[in-house]
Amino acid sequence: MQKRFMAIWFRHLTTDWLALRQPELKDVPFVFAKPERNHIIITAANPVAEMQGIYRGMAAADAKAITTNLQVLDHIEGKEAKLLRQLGLWGIRYTPIVAVDLPDGLILDISGCAHLWGGERGYLKEIVNKLRTSGYNARAAIADTIGAAWAVARFGKATPIIENGLQVQALLNLPPASLRLETLVLEKLQKLGFTPIKSFMQIPRAVLRRRFGEGFLLRLAQAMGLEDEPLKPLIPPVPYTERLPCLEPVRTAKAIEIAIQKLLETLCARLQAEGKGIRKAMLKCYRVDGKMVQAAITTNRGSHNVPHLFKLFELQISKIEPALGIELFLLEAPKVEDIDVLQEKLWAGNPGLQDTALAELLDRIAGKIGPGRIRRYLPAEHYWPERSVNQAASLTETPTTKWRTDRLRPMRILARPEPVEVMALLPDYPPKVFTYKGRRHVIEKADGPERIEREWWHDKGEHRDYYAVEDSDGQRYWLFRSGHYDATPQWYLHGFFA
Amino acid sequence: MADAKRELINRLQKNILQWEGYKPPPAHTHELVGLGTIEAAFPNGVFPLGTVHELVCANTEQATACGGLVTGLLSVLMQNGGACLWISLSGNLFPPALKTFGVEPDRVIFVNLINDKDVLWVMEEALKCAGLAGVVGEVRELDFKQSRRLQLAVEQSQVTGFILRNQSNKMGSTACAARWRISPLPSEPVEGLPGLGFPRWQVELLRVRNGQPGNWIVEWSGGKFRPVELEQLTEHKLMAG
Repeated sequence: MQKRFMAIWFRHLTTDWLALRQPELKDVPFVFAKPERNHIIITAANPVAEMQGIYRGMAAADAKAITTNLQVLDHIEGKEAKLLRQLGLWGIRYTPIVAVDLPDGLILDISGCAHLWGGERGYLKEIVNKLRTSGYNARAAIADTIGAAWAVARFGKATPIIENGLQVQALLNLPPASLRLETLVLEKLQKLGFTPIKSFMQIPRAVLRRRFGEGFLLRLAQAMGLEDEPLKPLIPPVPYTERLPCLEPVRTAKAIEIAIQKLLETLCARLQAEGKGIRKAMLKCYRVDGKMVQAAITTNRGSHNVPHLFKLFELQISKIEPALGIELFLLEAPKVEDIDVLQEKLWAGNPGLQDTALAELLDRIAGKIGPGRIRRYLPAEHYWPERSVNQAASLTETPTTKWRTDRLRPMRILARPEPVEVMALLPDYPPKVFTYKGRRHVIEKADGPERIEREWWHDKGEHRDYYAVEDSDGQRYWLFRSGHYDATPQWYLHGFFA
Repeated sequence: MADAKRELINRLQKNILQWEGYKPPPAHTHELVGLGTIEAAFPNGVFPLGTVHELVCANTEQATACGGLVTGLLSVLMQNGGACLWISLSGNLFPPALKTFGVEPDRVIFVNLINDKDVLWVMEEALKCAGLAGVVGEVRELDFKQSRRLQLAVEQSQVTGFILRNQSNKMGSTACAARWRISPLPSEPVEGLPGLGFPRWQVELLRVRNGQPGNWIVEWSGGKFRPVELEQLTEHKLMAG
């Protein structure tokens, strides 16, 4: 497909921004300036100041001599980059690939996007009008190459849309500055009297290279379309993405549901054809007011099952705030994985953990309550009770060691052992009586001690001597004494046996 | 004459059960879950799978005993490699202990929640999932409406659900198939050895739909339930005394 690019030029980027923030500055000449080699140099001037002959690069003192009421403000470092990034993110509703072109422009790769706005003319008009109504004085141009679009946006006098293959003709009458050259090269060209581009276009490349260097030739070739120019997108496009622009901004939950359903259907059809399933998906809703709201889902296992994925999104719809309306839906799948062709019918007996329905159930739970609350445990090779289980990372992870049954372990365990009052007759004998939560338990039977040493390479502290005890009512507990039997041994209750 | 009458009543009862959706058991299925004589208390003498059971526990000790019994039941249900979901409020289950009761702890998925509402939501969703062998949920309270929702969910999927409720003072009627109370009992020493014996519980069936409530003593030994007959108990006592 023929590549088409759009360059947007913000003539007064920072001053427009400030005038938006402080409307009283709209009709007053003001400039941004910063100190540079013992001078205060103007870095940006607003339209009113420019009308009076103040331009970028002028000394602030000279400018003050021209007008009396000039306001000189401090230059804000990095403001352009920040503003352009914001504007670029806003521009993602028009094309997925938007790049920032410092210091005052944006480059959009619009290949195959313009037809949604009724052709390139409508597309350009839409963007420029939107920017102008929001207060930014913008000029834009569309061409086959980034260089040509850049040049026409800034220096073009005729049409802003350069038809397919006509970029060379469009460039002929423009000044060399439109080729994005270094100041040094520009000065040289000026000195030699090469004013329009056509005056040096026919000169052999070897001659030009010797005079102006390789960079100059590269810029020229890029503008003419002889050389490729890479674009660094603001947000790297996700390979699995679906877009759904709305004719009218939508605001109702039902409309959002329909949008999600449509997006999922197209995306899943594609994933199914490629044998892939979604692990993580994100729905981005671009609103009329320039903000973006998003909802994300994750799955335990790759899935391209539309009803299931829709159910997961359904749980999130209430979190999407449409405000004045959503004009573009974007469904991205940043994480996909290869999935096996389903043979559910074959395994329909008792599929256990491999069951797709189970994976889908866990996805729904994770979507509603949060993934942190679902746990699966695997045995760990530790005697210390708190470390004897590990959380499994996935549903399919299998234990590497066996679950041990040779030692008695309680059914329920307290996350933090609770101190109990104990009466023990002799050192290393099980206790006779203990009091827990104000209740006295007389111990009838006991097993133990089972000494569990602390793992000194993990943490320091006393070992534990565990006793499994049964009181006169038949209730069974897991008690331990912390450390050796000395003057004041501390006893704890750690668990309950079934 | 009396025999004929009893015969007639039995037949009528069977008919009623059939109308209510209880299928007569296939000839060879008794002792489905290894609970021995307790299973006779259920309609048709079969432990009702594919329904919701309600276990009442007043304190942590009883809840632990319930956990033991439920795990023992799950071990039978999960024989064929199934998985189960354990939704808990307390989050204090110690997975290695499940192995003692015959369940592979890595085949159990634990969901730790904070309030009853979430537990019931997750439980209902889980009970609709036919691939699960069983679902256990711990809640504080359960009212009739909530239990009906759960019951309707299992009727589709035939999953067995267990509800452990720990607020036993408010006990209205529920749509559950059975209401149990399990309390720990002093264990019997094994062959006169000192120390703890096998876990032993007082199993009370407080209410059974279309069945006979009752009271039994059950022990978990050798990887299965062993009902302890009272005569046997007294015999032991005598021997010990």
